[in-house]
Amino acid sequence: MKETLEFAELEQVYDLLAEAIDEAGPEQEALFLAKLAMLLAQQIPDVDRIREAVATALRP
Amino acid sequence: MRPAGRGELESLYFDYPEYPFRAPAELGGASPRHPVIIAGAGPVGLTAALALAQLGVASVVVDRKNTVNDGSRAICISRYSFETLQQLGVVARFEAKGLGWTSGRCYFRDQLIYQFSMPHSADERFLPMYNLQQQYIEQYLIDAAADCPGLIDIRWLSEVTAVTQDEAGVELGIATPQGNYPLRGQYLLAADGARSEVRNLLGLRLNGRNLPGNYVIADIRMEHDFPTERRSFFESSANPEATILIHRQPDNIWRVDWQLPAGADPEEAVAENTVRDRVAAILAMIGHRGDWELEWWSIYTANTLCLDDYRHGRVLFIGDSGHIVPIFGVRGLNNGIADAANAAWKLAYTLQHGAAEGLLDSFTPERRGATLDVFRNAGKSSRFMTPPTRGYSLMRKAVLELALSEKFVRPFADPRQVQPWIYDDSPLTSTASQGEVFPAGPPPGAPLQNTRLGERDFLLDYIGPGFTLLYFAGNADLDAAAANLLPTLRKVDPRLRVLVVGEAGSDPIAGDESIADPGRHLADCYGAGPGTLYLVRPDRHIAGRWRHLEESTVTAALHRALGDPHERDA
Repeated sequence: MKETLEFAELEQVYDLLAEAIDEAGPEQEALFLAKLAMLLAQQIPDVDRIREAVATALRP
Repeated sequence: MRPAGRGELESLYFDYPEYPFRAPAELGGASPRHPVIIAGAGPVGLTAALALAQLGVASVVVDRKNTVNDGSRAICISRYSFETLQQLGVVARFEAKGLGWTSGRCYFRDQLIYQFSMPHSADERFLPMYNLQQQYIEQYLIDAAADCPGLIDIRWLSEVTAVTQDEAGVELGIATPQGNYPLRGQYLLAADGARSEVRNLLGLRLNGRNLPGNYVIADIRMEHDFPTERRSFFESSANPEATILIHRQPDNIWRVDWQLPAGADPEEAVAENTVRDRVAAILAMIGHRGDWELEWWSIYTANTLCLDDYRHGRVLFIGDSGHIVPIFGVRGLNNGIADAANAAWKLAYTLQHGAAEGLLDSFTPERRGATLDVFRNAGKSSRFMTPPTRGYSLMRKAVLELALSEKFVRPFADPRQVQPWIYDDSPLTSTASQGEVFPAGPPPGAPLQNTRLGERDFLLDYIGPGFTLLYFAGNADLDAAAANLLPTLRKVDPRLRVLVVGEAGSDPIAGDESIADPGRHLADCYGAGPGTLYLVRPDRHIAGRWRHLEESTVTAALHRALGDPHERDA
C-alpha cells in the first residue's frame, strides 16, 4: 500500500470533507469529525503516529 | 471608477486615443455584403479581425465606443496567447511593454507558506505570463489593424441595434451619430463582451452559476520594489476576513484585489474613501511606506456562465459574449483570444474553400470544451478563494493553518493558472492509430511546441497561415513517398506549407522551407524518427501525427480537420 495520497486525491478528500461537514450541519460537525478521526485512527494502528498528528492539528 | 474630480478617461499614465467616426458607404445608400462582421473592438474581436486578415478575409468591426477600455481590467496574457500574437506578427510591442513573470507567493497570516512556479524552460520563446493593461492590449491591436487596409474596417461610434439572419447571411441594424443603416455580412462574430448586445438581441441566455463573494479591484501608482510575481494573502493583518491579490503592471501601476466579507454592502465597498482606507491598510501590511495614487477601481463577482451552443447559424460567439469565467487563473482574456483564433480560420476556410458545415460546427465542442475545463479548474480555485459554504470555509482554514508546518497541503494555495486546452476529442482531430508510439512531442489536439531552433529562431516563425505539414526527412524511399503525397494535400488545402526538417543543405523533397536540425534537437522534442509527419492546423494545434507515412491516412486527416470526416477521395 502506498504511504501518502497524491495531491489530486487530496483535493478530492478536501471537497468530500467540506461537503460532509455541510451535510452534518453546524451542531453535529464536531461529533462528525470526532467519529471520522476514530475511524481513520483505527486504520493507522500506531498510537505514536496518531499522537503526533493530534499535536500537529492542535497547533494554531 | 475614478477618484472624485477625474473623468472616466482621465488616467494617471495612459492617454486615451479618440478614434474618429467615418461615414461608411452604407450611409450613402450602398449595401455591400461583407464576408465577416465583428461586433466589438476589444482584444478578442480585434484578434479575430487580424487572424482573418492574415488569411485574406476582410471584416468590418463595429464598436459603440470611440476609444479603448476605460480601465485596466484584464492584465495577464499567457504564453499561449503571446504565441497567437507571434503567429499574427504583432507580438513585438506586447513583449517590449509587458512584464513577464513565472512565479508567485502565497502568505497566510503574513507568513510565506507557498511559492509556485509555472512550467518554463530555456526552449521557450516566451515566459509563462505577461502583465499588460488592457488599454495597451487594445491599442496595439488597433494599430496593427490599421496596417491591414482593405482587410479590416473598424467603425467607431456604431452600435448594434438589431440582428437577423437567413440562408444568405446576416443583417445588423447599426446606429451612428450620422444616422442608422443596415450592415450586411455573410457571418457575424459576436465579440461584444459579457453584456453582449448580439446575445440579447438573439434572445440567448448564459447558463450556469454565480459564485458567492465579491471582489474589489483597484489600480494604484507607486514606486514599489518587488519583482513581477503574483502575491496572494490569506487572513492577512490588513484584511483578516478575506483574500488579497497583488500584481505588478507596467508604468509603476499595481493591481490590488481584495475580497469583500460575506454580507458586505457592495455600494459602500466601492466608495472612494473605503477604497483608499483598504488600499492604505494593504500597503502598510506589505511594507510600502512611500506615496501612492489611486488610478481606477471596479467590483466583480466570480461567475461560471456560458451559452449552450457557441454557434447560432451564421453567428459565432467568441470571448465573454459566450462565457463568463472567474478571474482566478487568468482565463477570461486568454480563452477569448483562443476563441478568436479558432473561429477565424474556420470562417476563412468556409468562405474561401466552401469547407463542410462540420468545420463551423466544431467550434462549439472545441471552445465550449475549453470553457467547461476552465469551470472545473477555476471552480476549484474559486472554492478555495471564496469558500461557498461553512464546510469549505472550515476546510480552507484547516489547510492554511496546517500549511504553516505541513508541506503536503501547500499546493492548495496554487492558483492553477490557465493551460492551453487540448482538442483531443474534437471531431477535427485524428487520434493516434494503433502501434504509433511517440516518445515525445505534442499529441493530436495539442498546440505546437514553439521549440527554439537558434538564439532568435523558433519553430512558430516557420508555420504558414494555412495548414502546415512538418516532415522529418528519412531515407530516399520515405522522402519519395512524402513527395508523392504533396500534390494531393495541396488540392485539399492550396495554402498548405511544407516544412522539411533535415540535415543542413539537404533538400530531400521540394518543401516550401527547410529547417536544419543538426543536433536533432527538434526531432527529439517532437519524438520524431525518419519519415515522421505532423499535420498542423492554422491555429497551430496538431490535427494528427504519424511515425509511418500512409498516404490515405494523412489525406483523410486533412479532410477531417476541415470538417469532412467522410471524404476519402484523391
